[in-house]
Amino acid sequence: MTARTRLIMFLAAAAVIAGFFAAACSRLPPFGTPDHPYAARAVAAALAHRTANTVASVNFDIRAFDTLGEESILFGTVLGATLLLRRARDERHRRAEAERVMPTTRLFGTLLLPVTLVVGVYIVAHGQLSPGGGFQGGVVLATALHLAYVAADYRALKRLRPLTFLDVADSLAAASFTLVGLAGLVAGGAFLENVLPLGTFNQITSGGTVPVLNAAVGIEVASGLIALLAHFLDQAVELTDPDQHETGGD
Amino acid sequence: MNEWLIGAALAFVVLSATAAVLTRDPARQAVVLSALGLGLAVLFAVLQAPDVALSQLAVGSALTPLLILLSVRKVSRRPSGTDHRESGGGKEEG
Amino acid sequence: MGIWPYLAAGWVLLVALYGLVTSHNLIHAIGCLAVAQSSTYLLLLAVGYRRGGTAPVYSDLTPGTRPVVDPVVQALALTDVVVGATVTALLLALTIQLRKRHHTVDPQALTGLKG
Repeated sequence: MTARTRLIMFLAAAAVIAGFFAAACSRLPPFGTPDHPYAARAVAAALAHRTANTVASVNFDIRAFDTLGEESILFGTVLGATLLLRRARDERHRRAEAERVMPTTRLFGTLLLPVTLVVGVYIVAHGQLSPGGGFQGGVVLATALHLAYVAADYRALKRLRPLTFLDVADSLAAASFTLVGLAGLVAGGAFLENVLPLGTFNQITSGGTVPVLNAAVGIEVASGLIALLAHFLDQAVELTDPDQHETGGD
Repeated sequence: MNEWLIGAALAFVVLSATAAVLTRDPARQAVVLSALGLGLAVLFAVLQAPDVALSQLAVGSALTPLLILLSVRKVSRRPSGTDHRESGGGKEEG
Repeated sequence: MGIWPYLAAGWVLLVALYGLVTSHNLIHAIGCLAVAQSSTYLLLLAVGYRRGGTAPVYSDLTPGTRPVVDPVVQALALTDVVVGATVTALLLALTIQLRKRHHTVDPQALTGLKG
């Protein structure tokens, strides 16, 4: 198929999609409608389980089974990318060299790295109370570690990054989500039912299984993303094909 | 007031999404995607979705562009470049 | 604002699909796919918005005093943002592997399967 036929076919399909989509939108409740039946029910359910952040309650309590699927996708993609980006037989490994960094950048990174890590842990731990949780905090934790690369060089980042440990942590966190679900079954409820004591509303221990699942997802997202970025960085910084010449750095 | 903010953020998102698609060079596209991620985070914040905004801020404006830049660096390191220019060595993810 | 936010989401999806169809570089195509993903967040959050509503977080809000926006669509969008990024990473890893095996990242140049 030539590029031109493809474009014409796409434009025809896009016109059809646009027509039906616009027609469907005109029958939707208008933007900002006060009528939200699911919102009322979700808020009532979250308050009944003493979780202040309704979004966290929906993710880790009401629809926890769905989140199990999401974190399985996450685990699967990290696994797949790790397999795809492993060092091929014909690739050469070139150790990253020590690099010189501006002193202000070094100072900025060194100061910011611990602060960002603490912020990440805070976001994970307070997911049931304030906006945040395992997904967001995990990403903050993973990117915080890479401030070491900005502040120093790739070798400093590699020293801060125990990959074997992180791989194990990733798998254990993924498994613990299922184990918390099975605990619900053992306690006589349903899979992933909130069986822990609910605690006091607006306290860090409130919400039953919500903080536990948040922590599991936080560890999984953080370690998974660090491992993912590690493989990409290795590919971009340290591994070269035999037929490739370094043409960058012009 | 809030309506105007939503409208402005929505317009910025639509424009930067269109610009991101029309930027054919992946290294430049990563920068536009970063701006789009930032715009989406602002839009989600004014739509009263702080959880999603936080997620989008970390992922859309930092992680995805970084992954794209790293891939560009890996892929464009070759003797006979086909359709993309060299993105330059060094620490472009800084 | 009527249905404009929904139509904006539709536009973002279609323009991203246009980029996918006409792309000559798989990394650019993956960037377009990320744009297409963001259209789903736009649509979900636009559907869940409530005029005058506040964020559905009750840590400093007495329940029942103010209307809140829909938390269900926010939960859907939130996990999707992070999972979408890892899917982007998987596709980029596939592209790097493809480049190693076939020495091109142009989808139009990939004519047949080679061993």
